[in-house]
Amino acid sequence: MSHVNRRLRKEKIAKILMQLSGISITASLFLIVGIILYKGLPYLSWEMISQTPQGGFYIGKSGGILNAILGSLYLASISTALASIIGIPIAIYLNMYVKNGSFFARSVKLLFDVLFGIPSIVYGAIAFSIMIWLGIRASLLGGVITITLLTIPIVVRTIDELLKTIPVDLKNVTVSLGATRWETAKILLRYIKPGIFTALLLAFGRAIGDVAGVLLTTGFSDNLPKYIDEPAATLPLAIFFQLSSPIPEVQGRAYASALVLTFIILFIVICTHILASKQKKHKI
Amino acid sequence: MNIRLIKDSIIQKVSALLLLLALSVVLLIVFGLGSKSLPLLQDQSIWDILSQSVWSPLKGDFGFLPFIMGTVWVTLISLCIAVPLCILASVYLVEYASARLRNFVLPLMNVLAAIPPVLYGVWGVLFVVPIVGGWVAPLFGLSVTGYSVFSGGIVLAVMIFPIMISIMVEVLQTIPQDLKFASLSLGATKWETIQKVILKKAKPGIIAAIVLAISRAFGETIAVLMVCGNIPQVPKSLFDAGYPIPALIANNFGEMMSIPLYDSALMFAALLLFVIIFGFNLISRLILNRLEDKI
Amino acid sequence: MYTYPGIETEETQDIILPAAPHIQIKDLNVHIEGKHILKNINLDIPNNSVTSIIGPSGCGKTTLLKTLNRLMDDSKNVAVSGSVLVNGEDIYAKDAEVTHIRKKMGLLSQRPFPLPMSIFDNIAYGPRIHGERNKKVLAEIVETQLKNVGLWDEVKDRLDSSATGLSIGQQQRLCLARGLAVQPEIILGDESTSALDPISTQTIENLLIELKKDYTIVLVTHILRQARRVSDYILFVYNGEIVEFGKTEDVLLYPKNEITQQYVKGFIS
Repeated sequence: MSHVNRRLRKEKIAKILMQLSGISITASLFLIVGIILYKGLPYLSWEMISQTPQGGFYIGKSGGILNAILGSLYLASISTALASIIGIPIAIYLNMYVKNGSFFARSVKLLFDVLFGIPSIVYGAIAFSIMIWLGIRASLLGGVITITLLTIPIVVRTIDELLKTIPVDLKNVTVSLGATRWETAKILLRYIKPGIFTALLLAFGRAIGDVAGVLLTTGFSDNLPKYIDEPAATLPLAIFFQLSSPIPEVQGRAYASALVLTFIILFIVICTHILASKQKKHKI
Repeated sequence: MNIRLIKDSIIQKVSALLLLLALSVVLLIVFGLGSKSLPLLQDQSIWDILSQSVWSPLKGDFGFLPFIMGTVWVTLISLCIAVPLCILASVYLVEYASARLRNFVLPLMNVLAAIPPVLYGVWGVLFVVPIVGGWVAPLFGLSVTGYSVFSGGIVLAVMIFPIMISIMVEVLQTIPQDLKFASLSLGATKWETIQKVILKKAKPGIIAAIVLAISRAFGETIAVLMVCGNIPQVPKSLFDAGYPIPALIANNFGEMMSIPLYDSALMFAALLLFVIIFGFNLISRLILNRLEDKI
Repeated sequence: MYTYPGIETEETQDIILPAAPHIQIKDLNVHIEGKHILKNINLDIPNNSVTSIIGPSGCGKTTLLKTLNRLMDDSKNVAVSGSVLVNGEDIYAKDAEVTHIRKKMGLLSQRPFPLPMSIFDNIAYGPRIHGERNKKVLAEIVETQLKNVGLWDEVKDRLDSSATGLSIGQQQRLCLARGLAVQPEIILGDESTSALDPISTQTIENLLIELKKDYTIVLVTHILRQARRVSDYILFVYNGEIVEFGKTEDVLLYPKNEITQQYVKGFIS
């Protein structure tokens, strides 16, 4: 029976290894959030999130990162809005107006999948060189354009996946009532409403966290963002810049800023989760 | 003509136009980056650019080898860490774990995916770099700062966990229960069934997940930049600093205007990234689409 | 420890008790996700004969079959109580070793599921797992088993090609040969012909009839004519309970129970 025993021992070892990998992967998430929490919490204050940088902010004097928080929120909201204005019609077009499963529809979807994986630094580089070509300086507008391009594929692909889950019968029922394709699409959109919010939140999350795209196009400013053609601060960049400072107070602020960004992201993720479970219930 | 039908056709045309615009971005990227990198390519042969290791823009030396090798090192290290862990963990989630555990862990992977790169970078600086510099390197008798390709690889590995886990779990879930039963009923243990039947059947999907993760790792900019050390040299060991391609673009965009050919070189770097990542993404998506069609 | 034809080991020697039934089921109860699927099953399955389990869909016949080689354990939320004795050994005992139990029972599932490897490796898979490394022996096993199921002449020139290239009928015979290669004592069939064309179905049925000389065979089927053609005994299950068990002609022609009568006449399906 020793052969059997050896095989069973192998099984046990494999199982332990699998459990360990699972634990270490899950633990990495808690480690990241935990470390940022541990380092950032002592530096987090009301002043941090309610004020703009004052004189000497970058050598450790008073002030906050309100400029960056607002800048990021503006940037992400405008980009997400633009991406959904462009992306949702595209998703509808691909599902309602183009013959399903046709070569065209399939290749376009494939292309969006591929675009989804293109890193933001590439978008940033191309936007940057276009801006130089057109003579536009680094500004909120430049950032908005870059981030919109970055988020369109997310919106298109997520909503396309949602439209695919709709039972064909529902489509047929609406069409057989004599509705045009657009009228049918409106019904379908109502059907996947929670899912659309999920898609937009995903895009928003990606938009607010991106650095490489805005680094080249948006610039940085200590003032609250007022005009779209002026440089604007963003939260991830604020973290990045402050972290590279040698002054402990400034570094501390970087940790606190990271914590603020973590909270925003966690808030988005929790909303997404709730909406996603709503969409699931809706289906049944 | 009915107003409803007119509305319908207007919407059709507008959406088609939007689609065209969105897709023209690809052409924009290719032609934009291509035309920008042309001056460099006319000045030096592409082979020289890719194989030379001297990078000093002021003298007109644009050898990309250090950056290519930097990217290759961090990507390989991250794969060495992430691939075995992710395969084992996703097999566990699908084959052993209870539904409750699965419903607990998979949403956490979504959280991990949602964390912005800059936060990974902060974590890397605060946690990974000190550990690599203070604990791991001394084990090998080295005294280094910890800003190294190894740190970059670790941070990247964690960043590609979610994409690998989610695709691998999806692929493993499509394997029919009866195929497992077939192997089990021959007296195989669960692990033997996993090794010899399930993983074999899931191989294309797992490869697609890995390729997708590679392309993600190639393009990751800020997190790697923050922990990698950024010295333009070909890394010779795990604890050497490296300088991946995306970090090169991000770090130097400000000063590139004043030096001849510098902007061309950076745009060439972006083009290189784009082409490689586009290719890798295309391959893995084609594999995944084919798998989906089979079901 | 693997045994191949002609060589007897301790394992095979001490268990053959000719008179006693191979499989005895005692007070078996199965709950799946809180639902009572099998209720107080008590049954002796006769040796060297074909026993068919019939009954309307959802009555628990497949569950009963999968309980016999403990494949039910693999599904989540399944509670099994009672005992199943195979050669007097309770396979649900705490210290029972599952792989060794499963090895004794070949399973032929609804659709053929060839393993993702070559024809040769499909058959050699089981013996290899149980420790057989000798290439010559493996080749012998493959040939014998393929001949057993009448597949040898059809595939002997392409043993190294993928098993998925075979027709579905050939695949099912391959799966049968694969099961036989680990020297089972019992063959379990779960509606094994439902995906096959009439000719392949006939081939499989004839094979099963032939195999009962050496094996105890338990089949789940929803085709009464098939049950009549191949089986010696019939077990009628309804709502998770055994309603009737007896010789094929007794159950099918002179059913004692009213529900069985209705099922056999086609009023319940």
